[in-house]
Amino acid sequence: MTIQNEMKVEFLNKSSNESFARVVVAAFVSQLDPTVEELADIKTAVSEAVTNAIIHGYENTSGYVTLYCKLKDDIVEIIVEDKGKGIEDVELARQPLYTTHPEMERSGMGFTVMETFMDEVQVESVPGQGTKVKMIKKINSSRQ
Amino acid sequence: MRISFKKSNRTLIVRIEGELDHHTAVETREQIDKEINKNNINKLIFDFENLQFMDSSGIGVIIGRYKQIKGLDGKVAITNPNPQVERIINISGLHKIIPIFKSVQSAMDNM
Repeated sequence: MTIQNEMKVEFLNKSSNESFARVVVAAFVSQLDPTVEELADIKTAVSEAVTNAIIHGYENTSGYVTLYCKLKDDIVEIIVEDKGKGIEDVELARQPLYTTHPEMERSGMGFTVMETFMDEVQVESVPGQGTKVKMIKKINSSRQ
Repeated sequence: MRISFKKSNRTLIVRIEGELDHHTAVETREQIDKEINKNNINKLIFDFENLQFMDSSGIGVIIGRYKQIKGLDGKVAITNPNPQVERIINISGLHKIIPIFKSVQSAMDNM
C-alpha cells in the first residue's frame, strides 16, 4: 500500500502552540506506523524548530508559523516556516551551544537536536524575510 | 506540566510531570529557584519519572540550576528519565556533569 499525504497548519507564535505542533505532527505521522522512538524523535525535532520560529523568528512581535508535513511511502518531510527576522549566519546558528539568548537560559542545542533526530536538516533563511527549516526522516518500521 | 517539591535536610527533590518545553520552562525555573533560595538547598534531584517529554529548553533549565547549585558547592542529580528524555540529556552532554540514577533513593544514597 502506498501512502501519500500532505497537511499544512498555521498558528500564531505563542509558546502554548509548541505542544500543539508536536501533537499535530505526531497524529499525522502515525499513518506510517512509526515506532515509539521514531515518533518521539520527530516530536522533539518539531518542538525545536517551532520554538526557534517563535523565539528567534518573531522575537516580541506577532506572526504566524507554518507547519507543513508530507508523507511519501516511508519518508516524512516536515517544513517549519516563519516570516520573521531571519538568520544572518546560518552556519553559526547551527553550531552546538550557539545561542543569541543566554539570559533566557537557551541551551543553543536546538539545531543539534534536529540534526541528531532527523536524517536531514536544511535551513534557508533571508534576513528580514524569514526562515524555513526542512527536515526529512525515513520511517524504518513502515508497512509497505 | 505539574511541579512538586519534597525536602529532606538540605536536599530538594523536584518532581516534574508532563512536558518540559520552552512554554513551561520559565515557570519551572522560577518555582525551583524560589525553593532553592528559601530552603538553603545544596543538593538538587530532578525526579523525571513522570516527565513525558523534554526538548532542549529543558536542558537550559537543568544547566541553569546546575550552575546555581555548583556555586553553593552543592550537587545535582537526575532520576528516572524515559528513553526520549535520556537521549536529549545524552546529546547535550549533560550526563557527563550530572549523574543519572534509577531511583530517588539511590540518588540520595550516592550524592
